[in-house]
Amino acid sequence: MNLKSITLGQYYPVESPIHRLDPRTKILLTLALMVAVFLVRSLVGYALLLGFVYLAARIANVPFKLMMKGIKPLRFILILTFLLNLFFTTQGNVLFHWQFITLTDQGLKLSVHYSLRLMFLVICTSLMTLTTSPIQLSDGLEILLSPLKAIHFPAHELAMMMSIALRFIPTLLEETDKIMKAQMARGADFESGNLIARAKAMVPLLVPLFVSAFRRAGDLAMAMEARCYHGGEGRTRLRVLKFTRADLYAALAVAGLLVLIILEGRLLPAGWLL
Amino acid sequence: MSIELRHLTHVYAEGSAFRSVALEDINLTIRDGDFLALVGHTGCGKSTLVQHLNGLLTPSSGQVLVDGEDLAGEGVNRRALRMKIGLVFQYPEYQLFEETVAKDIAFGPKNLGLKAEEVDARVRAAMAQVHLDWQKYAERSPFELSGGQMRRVAIAGVLAMQPEVLVLDEPTAGLDPHGRDRILGIIEELHRQGTTVVMVSHSMEDVARLATRVAVLSHGKLLAEGTPREIFSRQEMMTEAGLAVPEAARLCASLRAAGIDLPADLYTEDELYDSLLKRWKEAGR
Ligand SMILES: Nc1ncnc2c1ncn2[C@@H]1O[C@H](COP(=O)(O)OP(=O)(O)OP(=O)(O)O)[C@@H](O)[C@H]1O
Ligand SMILES: [Mg+2]
Repeated sequence: MNLKSITLGQYYPVESPIHRLDPRTKILLTLALMVAVFLVRSLVGYALLLGFVYLAARIANVPFKLMMKGIKPLRFILILTFLLNLFFTTQGNVLFHWQFITLTDQGLKLSVHYSLRLMFLVICTSLMTLTTSPIQLSDGLEILLSPLKAIHFPAHELAMMMSIALRFIPTLLEETDKIMKAQMARGADFESGNLIARAKAMVPLLVPLFVSAFRRAGDLAMAMEARCYHGGEGRTRLRVLKFTRADLYAALAVAGLLVLIILEGRLLPAGWLL
Repeated sequence: MSIELRHLTHVYAEGSAFRSVALEDINLTIRDGDFLALVGHTGCGKSTLVQHLNGLLTPSSGQVLVDGEDLAGEGVNRRALRMKIGLVFQYPEYQLFEETVAKDIAFGPKNLGLKAEEVDARVRAAMAQVHLDWQKYAERSPFELSGGQMRRVAIAGVLAMQPEVLVLDEPTAGLDPHGRDRILGIIEELHRQGTTVVMVSHSMEDVARLATRVAVLSHGKLLAEGTPREIFSRQEMMTEAGLAVPEAARLCASLRAAGIDLPADLYTEDELYDSLLKRWKEAGR
């Protein structure tokens, strides 16, 4: 039970107004925030964004640090983006020149700009995934995508597959742990040896894991059919999603931010712009 | 080979919001030649305890001493020790992976670094121990066998390493009575031949019949430990631990409550039968 709650995505299970928002609202507003990130033209705009997500984190009862943590896996891409833009931009006034290395003010601006953009995209998504459980997310996605059913897009099937996959990740992790221990009890060695030896050592782990995954899939399909599952047609929901007043306030807040950011691009003197 | 648990405590997910104490301050010694039964309600920590016996889990605090040596100590070859203390997991049939039964059983002995002939001899011996006909089954795929047969292949896979201590986590779970008797017969035979056995079980009848000692766990703590006679005469303690005593002990208690003069510590059917017969004969005279 404990293992399960740890591994379910990065959902941070606490009570808050933001957790209670309709998942559809959160998905759409996250998209709006991403658009906002692309509209930012100056450091003032990024400061506004930062203030907004900080406030959101406070309201959501989620440690701000946890939100920043999402950036960590991206650090190499971030550094790469920064360096590439810094060294390979040739337009603008030269700030520094040495042999074949040329730094321009334009390059510096661009590299700061792109790295910040990337960081904020990740932070905005984290805001959503930290406050919305994976099941709610796939529920919300299903409804948002359902208009596409007109062009035979399998919205229900996709959402169902997502929920099932999410449901079984912890189970498979537990199973992996168990089989690994069982083979270690028979002297299996997963830790030492060269690459080939290690790949070979995985066989006693992977075969039982696949066997059990297929067995589980079969069992699940059988159990679903036994309970008359026949696809999304005419299916009602256990958790009915409903927009509330809080959803409206959230939308207004994001709209306000968007307006501010658009204005900022227009009003600030040219020197401030990135 | 003796195994001593000293103040063993195990905490899962330490340092997170999901922290849970699975074992708390367990002191227990398993001596050479013991048949120790580990009993307790679901989730009381039996599987967790069992995985400490061969170093698959490391204690959060406390020690596991094997022949006086700390399992978590520096320079201890845990992999080698693991093969001397054979552990059969709950539902071991799910760990089979080879193309043939013989190859799967050979996995352990091969990891011991034995020569091909020795491995082959051990596979044959282990299959004989679990009553699987070599001619008939050696070349079959383990995935074509019945659940009970798969279970026996998995147990043979551990026996083929010829462990000094055999630890089994609910070896009879999910088997029919016939399959259960078969597995228990195999374990009984091994114990008679001198293997030390630790067995997790939910069947007090099996425990009464086989064990020389019983340890009762409840909510991660060791509630009591002693011979089956000592343990099964303490009905209240067993009820508190969420367990029943063997049918015979319960019947004996009811008869005593009804005023029939019987010894208080009977727990096997045969004993009860003999005592009743004796009383009946005395009464008849
Ligand atoms: N990998 C794990 N992570 C976190 N908690 C765990 C883990 N494994 C077990 N636990 C918890 O530790 C406690 C003891 O579990 P354990 O599996 O040892 O019980 P058990 O006595 O073997 O139960 P059963 O009779 O059902 O097999 C349980 O409360 C369980 O939820
Ligand atoms: Mg268990």
